[in-house]
Amino acid sequence: MRGARAGDRLLHLYTWLVVIWLSSPIAVMILFGFNDKQSKSNTTWQGFTLRWYAELFDISDLTVALRNSLVIALVSTVITVVIGTMLGLALGRHRFRGQGATNFLVFAAISTPELVMGASLLSLFVSGNVPRDANTIIISHVLFSLSFVVVTVRARVVTLDPSLEEAARDLGATAWGTFRQVTLPAILPGVMAGGMLAFALSIDDYVVTSFVNGSTVTFPLWIVGAVKTGIPPQVNVMGTLIFCIGVLIAVGNAVAARRRS
Amino acid sequence: MRRLTPYLLALPSWMWLAIFLVVPMVAMASVSLQTGNAIDGFAMTFSFSNYTDALGRYSTQLLRSLLYGGLATVAMLLIGYPVAYFIAFKAGARKSMYLFLLLLPFFVSFVLRTISWNFLLSDNGILFGTLKGWGLLPEDFHVLATTFAVVGGLTYNFLPFMILPIYVALERVDPRVVEAAQDLYATKVAAFRRVVLPLSLPGVFAGVLMTFVPATADPINAAILGGTSNTMIGNIIQTEYLTNLDYPTASALSFTLMAVLLVGIFIYARALGTENVLEAAAR
Repeated sequence: MRGARAGDRLLHLYTWLVVIWLSSPIAVMILFGFNDKQSKSNTTWQGFTLRWYAELFDISDLTVALRNSLVIALVSTVITVVIGTMLGLALGRHRFRGQGATNFLVFAAISTPELVMGASLLSLFVSGNVPRDANTIIISHVLFSLSFVVVTVRARVVTLDPSLEEAARDLGATAWGTFRQVTLPAILPGVMAGGMLAFALSIDDYVVTSFVNGSTVTFPLWIVGAVKTGIPPQVNVMGTLIFCIGVLIAVGNAVAARRRS
Repeated sequence: MRRLTPYLLALPSWMWLAIFLVVPMVAMASVSLQTGNAIDGFAMTFSFSNYTDALGRYSTQLLRSLLYGGLATVAMLLIGYPVAYFIAFKAGARKSMYLFLLLLPFFVSFVLRTISWNFLLSDNGILFGTLKGWGLLPEDFHVLATTFAVVGGLTYNFLPFMILPIYVALERVDPRVVEAAQDLYATKVAAFRRVVLPLSLPGVFAGVLMTFVPATADPINAAILGGTSNTMIGNIIQTEYLTNLDYPTASALSFTLMAVLLVGIFIYARALGTENVLEAAAR
């Protein structure tokens, strides 16, 4: 028994080591946002400063890149959530011809390597002489997030009791009224989760975007472009702020979910 | 009207997937058989030699990618399985806290995370620079621009995708089954090997699938951590497409990569005795 307990303790310690390993680059990112660097390079610690928080938007093309990322993520998330929820409803609630093929397509979109997806989209745009800009980025981001929204919404729809909708219709609700007042509130957690995933995937994407961006630069693309000349501390500050906002939203969500149940 | 509803609901997504997933694959297949250049344009010549040429030039990088992806996947499995086991069986009420901690890195951009990792590993950076200052490491010690850095970066970046599916599979294992095995005089090790491990295999399968494919095709880790002697196929495809504008070579390479990955997955599924790859992966 003593041996088993020691084993458990070792496993516990090991898990924490892995967690610390996974989080260490976050600590570095936050730390170097406060680095009072003197030269171009920001890789050695040279003292504490809050300067970069005050000068957060002083690098104009970095600010533009961040704004592009936010706009693209917002627009593509809205499109993805609308059409993905529709398909999730169709797959979870209805039986129809082509359902198997649709499931396969959804799976294929998830399992295609990002690199191949980006390359094939570029092949399409080059073949069709489509100019590459924010629109082609949005199209691509909808494509790779769509399946994730479909899967999360479908999972929620499947657990829904169809008699609720029937009851609403029996009470004289229109099809749209039933959807808005009964179905949508019931599947909302799935829709929200899918939307958050789509937003996160979009704002984080480098690989697909690098193929279809034309001259439009997003946050991840700007960072990769700046690696050779040195990452300015503002990038770390922006990363830190995005990290904090994301964690706050996630924690808030978890607390709200606990209160509801 | 009611009978049309599912088709109307599915239509926008069908169109999106058809126009931007299926058609581009056909476009890429077509481009991979064309000849020409970016200035004069490309023409279809059914030039299958694009494939042999591309492979002749870049087989090293393709094999290296598969090797690095494979090594990282094995490392993730070895590192991640005990973590998934701990969270599923030993974490008790703290399960969701540990899962949240595992997902923490995903609140930071993939690219930025990899760059921070680069900071951490840099020769005179916060870690090795300090250790060298204390005389604990020789002055010429370095990790960046080595195989170890790239495989380590891949392992780091995709590890949660290995842990989560294994955790989900282990979570479903009924503890009473393990108790039953022990009541039947199985040792702890035997109970794990004969009961828990086989029941967790679908999770292992999903984890390997979710990590091997993106790790093999990832261009970021090699670009940021690898230096010039560790380029992977993803970097080549990016350069051919975006810098050299050699679309036929790049398309041929992309297709080859996808074919190799699909064949790999198929063989792996066969070896594991999984009847249906799609089903196991979708679970």
